[in-house]
Amino acid sequence: MALINFLKPRNQLEEGGRSSAPVQQDEGEPEKNCPNCHKDIPLSRLWANNLVCSCGYHFRMKARQRIKLVADKGSFNEMFSDIVSGNPLDFPGYRDKLETVQTASGEDEAVICGTAAVGGQSCCLFVMESYFMMGSMGSAVGEKIALLFEYAVEHRLPVIGFTVSGGARMQEGLLSLMQMAKTSAAVKRHSDAGLLYISVLTDPTTGGVTASFAMEADIILAEPGATVGFAGARVIEQTTRKTLPKEFQKAEFVLKHGFIDAIAARSEQKKLLTELLKMHDRGEIV
Amino acid sequence: MSMPPYERVKLASDSARPTGLDYIRRIFKGFTELHGDRRFADDPAVVGGIAWLDEKPVTVIAIEKGHTAKDRAYRNFGAPHPEGYRKALRLMKQAEKFGRPVICFIDTSGAYCGIGAEERGQGQAIAENLVEMTTLCVPVISVLIGEGGSGGALALAVADRVWMLQNAVYSVISPEGCASILWKDSSKAESAAASLKLTAEDAKSLGVVEKILSENDIGKKEFYDRIRALLIGELKELSGDMDLIGKRYERFRRIGVTAKVGEQV
Repeated sequence: MALINFLKPRNQLEEGGRSSAPVQQDEGEPEKNCPNCHKDIPLSRLWANNLVCSCGYHFRMKARQRIKLVADKGSFNEMFSDIVSGNPLDFPGYRDKLETVQTASGEDEAVICGTAAVGGQSCCLFVMESYFMMGSMGSAVGEKIALLFEYAVEHRLPVIGFTVSGGARMQEGLLSLMQMAKTSAAVKRHSDAGLLYISVLTDPTTGGVTASFAMEADIILAEPGATVGFAGARVIEQTTRKTLPKEFQKAEFVLKHGFIDAIAARSEQKKLLTELLKMHDRGEIV
Repeated sequence: MSMPPYERVKLASDSARPTGLDYIRRIFKGFTELHGDRRFADDPAVVGGIAWLDEKPVTVIAIEKGHTAKDRAYRNFGAPHPEGYRKALRLMKQAEKFGRPVICFIDTSGAYCGIGAEERGQGQAIAENLVEMTTLCVPVISVLIGEGGSGGALALAVADRVWMLQNAVYSVISPEGCASILWKDSSKAESAAASLKLTAEDAKSLGVVEKILSENDIGKKEFYDRIRALLIGELKELSGDMDLIGKRYERFRRIGVTAKVGEQV
């Protein structure tokens, strides 16, 4: 094991991604309390069930685990992984924060991009990482996503994107804000080329990511119970001095209000994505 | 020589500043207001319509804060609902159909944070404007005249040229919000304002705006005359550009600073 892994804070939920076989439950095995049904679930059972509780609650999942779940085995080819954040505004504490987060998450940035096969269908795939500054979008995230859509246009590929984000990254100020316009422009070019883009909104998808590429897909899916919104619930409560309904900004609420196409449980996502990709396959020679 | 950033933030939101409608009335002739998003409602926080500029029709859109207490409440203090952004987009599409340039005046602390706004897709409304504005076939000039509050401001600023008043601010988050999230202390707003690089000079050096407009004569006839002349001149240049959309793409595409793995910036 590399030294860096010793330094990483232990994240129990993360470990499932490393072991593909369901683990036998041992006596005294660590358990995780489900925030929905409040039952303690043995970690082995959670891992075996892709971090979904038997009550249906979807725990957050690391980006690389998700790639394993969705992409055909060995098909994912990562791209643009050398692009990372600088500290263009010289924002206090940002460089240290980045280093800490890089060590803790094992990722260099808040999004992983590449090409993959999903159910035998070629596509571009991006997956945001909640364990990296809550998937916040700075210049590097915007650049990688824009590059991926440009690559997809050039190679006439559909794009599948899993979003999770607290919004634009404050530490890069206006440059982060501008990534909303940059990514939107790239999505539009891809769309105008007649290509398919499917977004899957996972918990939480908020702020500048909701207000840009998360909501710009041809087909928008969401995981059950995922928080999907623009403004943070606390800010809304403070602004309006109203108590928010319990289901406010949950995927089910957003579906009811007409802003997403469907809710897809983790166990069904690959099948659904494969089917949708097939329905849009025009048999183009690439 | 220059004012501290947090002073700018306060000045940018000063209620004595000219508002969107002041610019519309003083720069253009014969403003005809057009209401409604054709989907749900008319949002008074966004004003739009057709007016004459140099004897040519243009579409003008402004986020309006209002001056009097009553008017400010009516305008929701310049915080648009999704309907405001959808009205703006409807008018931009109308401008595209009839080959009119679009001029936007932006002044908002941000898109409204409310239950109805979320229910009716505030994020989706902003996203749709960003997407559609990137390929609008007519010239678009956006002027930040006061507060440029995050996505709520950007939703009218995916333009060929973005200008800023000298004391306007443009930021991804309010200094108070930034301080409270990062340092759990909203009283550190002053240092957050400095760190966020939200002044007109900052925005220009980051490549986010092209021009800073002097406020020495703000509110006077000369002030509006000067902006009118600048708009006329710029529109002449943009109207002859056969690669408007390609250049607009590049304008936003190049913004951002990244590093390579293992490299210090």
